[in-house]
Amino acid sequence: MNAVEQQAPGLPENAVATVDLAAEYRDAGVAEVLDSLERELVGLSPVKRRVREIAALLLVDRARRKIGLATEPPSLHMSFTGNPGTGKTTVAMRMAEILLRLGYVRRGHVVAVTRDDLVGQFIGHTAPKTKDVLKRAMGGVLFIDEAYYLFRPENEKDYGQEAIEILLQVMENQRDDLVVILAGYADRMERFFESNPGLKSRVAHHIDFPDYSNGELGEIAATMLGQWNYRLDAAGRGAFDEYIALRRARPHFANARSVRNALDRMRMRQALRLFESGATVDAAALTTLTEADVRSSRHFLPASP
Amino acid sequence: MRITQGAFSFLPDLTDAQISAQIDYCLRQGWAVSIEYTDDPHPRNTYWSMWGHPMFDLADAAGVMGELAECRAVHRGCYIRINAFDSTHGWETVRMSFIVDRPADEPGFRLIRQEGEGRVVRYTLESYAVARAPEGVRYPG
Repeated sequence: MNAVEQQAPGLPENAVATVDLAAEYRDAGVAEVLDSLERELVGLSPVKRRVREIAALLLVDRARRKIGLATEPPSLHMSFTGNPGTGKTTVAMRMAEILLRLGYVRRGHVVAVTRDDLVGQFIGHTAPKTKDVLKRAMGGVLFIDEAYYLFRPENEKDYGQEAIEILLQVMENQRDDLVVILAGYADRMERFFESNPGLKSRVAHHIDFPDYSNGELGEIAATMLGQWNYRLDAAGRGAFDEYIALRRARPHFANARSVRNALDRMRMRQALRLFESGATVDAAALTTLTEADVRSSRHFLPASP
Repeated sequence: MRITQGAFSFLPDLTDAQISAQIDYCLRQGWAVSIEYTDDPHPRNTYWSMWGHPMFDLADAAGVMGELAECRAVHRGCYIRINAFDSTHGWETVRMSFIVDRPADEPGFRLIRQEGEGRVVRYTLESYAVARAPEGVRYPG
């Protein structure tokens, strides 16, 4: 029935028989999202590839429907696995944008939640809480960070199971209204899916986020500083590369997030240095982070007890 | 007698698609949507029972439609309405309210005349549905 509308002016050929995929791709505006993904996110080539594949699948599915080929709406629930700070939330935002432009979600907003937002504190608290979150996410994407915390096998009375059941029901019955993205560390997600086969079978797309290399983190730092109107001088850049290598070896290393926090601390040290010098400052002094700002990090100190 | 309260009540009953479109309008205005039901159609009965809490921070009507379906299943044959509350300063009131479900048979109201002192007559309304049965079983579901 859609095909009839497509015969309207503007399409010289028989629109029922052919769909110009390139034109579809252009008109939907997906190209812009994919390009900005390519441009603005450093590294992550396997992720970009997977996102591109999913976009292609959806585009082809849309074309099939226009031609009138019966097709089951594709299952869109996804799981993003990877270490902290590898861009899972950022990519989820882009994914929501792609889904919106292709018409697979109606609003394209992302509701990011964790266990605390879904699971209640006492009997009868979980269901309304989970349903409330689901209602807010309708028409968009529900992003559940560290999803494996929902399931606590060591405590059989845990209310997380109840949240999972409600989630499953909505994931199955309201596929048109909501796309769920589950995110977390790869190994723990794997165990989570193993103990919840119902969930595993409803998640169609798995995207693995690799760790950033040191070079990529340096590039990310430069991009972030550029956005804030800061820059590292040459010596500072060299020191920061050393810093990344040192930081990676320490516990709780969170890729881009660690870089961001390090930059925040460097800005603070720069501010203190300028403030204490008491001299007049110009734009160059205000924007430049020097080697000293980097090297005063505690990671450069000799190992302390 | 078909009761007419709130918006759209002189129109034919809204379809689900129309209800959904109206809810979308409310959400676009930033209003919080809630569902209420009653089986007492008296025009001065303004306090209907709430079906759950008002729904804040929704982006899409699907959430409300899901709640509405549940409410319909439980309170079949009752009056169900949708309210949209505007919390902006200076308004802080219900901005829109419309009935989305009503009993198949609405028996209407009896006009009661009460004779007072002298030749004074006091008028009041009583719903036949309310008079014939207690709460909960007034309309065959």
